[in-house]
Amino acid sequence: MSLSKSVAPVVAANADTPLRTKVLRRIRSRPTTRGAVILLGVFVLLAVLAPLIAPQNPHDLASLSVMDNRLEPGSRGMTGITYWLGTDAQGRDMLSAILYGLRTSLLVGLLSSAGALAIGIAAGLFAAQFGGAVDAAIMRVVDFMLGFPSILIALVLLASIGRGVDKVIIAIILVQWAQYARLMRAAALVERRKEYIEAAVNFGLPTPHIMLAHLLPNSVGSVLVVTTINIAGAITLEATLSFLGVGVPVTQPSLGLLIANGFEFLLSGEYWIAAFPGIALVLLIMSLNLVGDRLRRSFNVRT
Amino acid sequence: MTVPFFELRGVKKHFRSKSTFAQRLLAATGQAPPPPVLRAVDGVDLSVMRGEVLGLVGESGCGKSTLARIATGISAASAGDVVYDGRPVVQLRGKERLDFLLKVQMVFQDPYASLNPRMQVHRIVGEALRVHRLLPKNEIDAAVDKALTEVGLDLAYRNRYPHQFSGGQRQRIGIARALAVNPDFLVCDEPVSALDVSIQAQVINLFMDVRERRGLTYLFVSHDLGIVRHISDRVAIMYLGRIVEIGPASAVFDKPAHPYSAALIAASPSAARRKRDFQPLKGELPSPLAPPTGCPFHPRCEHAMSKCREVRPVLQEIAPGRSAACHLHTSDNA
Repeated sequence: MSLSKSVAPVVAANADTPLRTKVLRRIRSRPTTRGAVILLGVFVLLAVLAPLIAPQNPHDLASLSVMDNRLEPGSRGMTGITYWLGTDAQGRDMLSAILYGLRTSLLVGLLSSAGALAIGIAAGLFAAQFGGAVDAAIMRVVDFMLGFPSILIALVLLASIGRGVDKVIIAIILVQWAQYARLMRAAALVERRKEYIEAAVNFGLPTPHIMLAHLLPNSVGSVLVVTTINIAGAITLEATLSFLGVGVPVTQPSLGLLIANGFEFLLSGEYWIAAFPGIALVLLIMSLNLVGDRLRRSFNVRT
Repeated sequence: MTVPFFELRGVKKHFRSKSTFAQRLLAATGQAPPPPVLRAVDGVDLSVMRGEVLGLVGESGCGKSTLARIATGISAASAGDVVYDGRPVVQLRGKERLDFLLKVQMVFQDPYASLNPRMQVHRIVGEALRVHRLLPKNEIDAAVDKALTEVGLDLAYRNRYPHQFSGGQRQRIGIARALAVNPDFLVCDEPVSALDVSIQAQVINLFMDVRERRGLTYLFVSHDLGIVRHISDRVAIMYLGRIVEIGPASAVFDKPAHPYSAALIAASPSAARRKRDFQPLKGELPSPLAPPTGCPFHPRCEHAMSKCREVRPVLQEIAPGRSAACHLHTSDNA
């Protein structure tokens, strides 16, 4: 009896707590997740503030000194600044290069995920709402896209449309939209069977209105949650493409391109040129994945 | 006799199970039978008079909910006609069709699934008014408040979300949503079966109050015989997609003509008969994918004759205002 008394208020409080609060609470209660959120915040901040805090503008060739090339971490250059993370073959400060590289990587990750999200949600929503031939057509394209390794699609695409940040973003959107479409369709199909949709049909509400006001807001949650992890995927894909030499141009280096630049010096002992961008990339992806995974589990999304 | 204002004529709803490509290929080449057809509703004729409460009773899976959805225009019938105010609704277009959809409103079974969880109560209730511009913008709030008041909801709750309400309150919101568009026919699909018994009584009373105030007509779908007996003027008993008996509620409940009605009524608990032996219906509802030959009820019927296994009885009048589909009552019964 005392048990039921002590349990009841807890259950009641739980039922009343909004999901948002519950998820925030769960994130705060986990040291790993909390660390990942802080790390991610720091990365975003560094990327946004890069032009203000970087010791050097790596895009500005005039400020570089070729004499300072391949200096070890911590050494002082001719111009008097200290290269905490060393310099690359052009005498570029690695710390500044990483800060600017972070900018490119995050920009590509966010823009391509946003694009893929928009296309995927629209495609999944249409497939679920109209079913039949529309559904079959959309989902066969999705199957086709998911059937190929994403790196292959991106490589072929970039080989044919050329390089550039915008082209990389387009390539990643084309690779990633299919995952969102499949997830969105599954979620929307579940919602569509609920009685509030029947009620909307009963009121003779126009189909676009039912899709936007009823179906979309109720099925988009799980898709948004998975987005965090997919941003990490997009950044990794961009890094891979840049490393392979078909990604972003040399004038706008991302973390992947920095790693590629340092690759040839790895064996000659100048580890820092590739290692530090690599560490930055690993930490960035790790923090995104940890946050995304925690979100996914909190919202109980099946992927 | 007056003309019924709502009619179902030979309404059927058949579902074909989705076949795979391989099955379609085999069927096309004659290697496999075509996919089985599920006859959820298999030829229902039903007329509803203005102002009456017609109870529709049957076991789970007999097609009650499917019939309710066809009546409201949520799903289309595979065959037959839904006739509203003397006109088949398939012929209605545009404004006239919208008028039918709004005049015939549905109250749903599950108060947790029937309200959009991301919409505030006042938006749920006023949505049709707003989207169809049935009222000028500045009058919608007043109309919503009127509907909420009518179902007994405090106006302080109008900005809340559905998850902040109990099942009974949600059901009231669902009723307010239907009333907001001024319907004259409410199709209620087991509107209280998901509620606590104490709340059921309140909601039933609400239905009856609203009916009196607005002169509404009800098609009240339920498997709870007690409630149907209490509120219905007439009652129709449904079995495996067909109506087996229909008549005035008191007559059907006191002297059921169809053995299925009799078994159903005998199986329902009642305070007056609580000492007597409980007589469960034997057997289970046959699969609507493969209904029995002849009378669909014969495998479970204690009066089954050889004729019942071969000939399907049709619904015919057995007394003024009463019909049954049973060979015990067919006139040429030998």
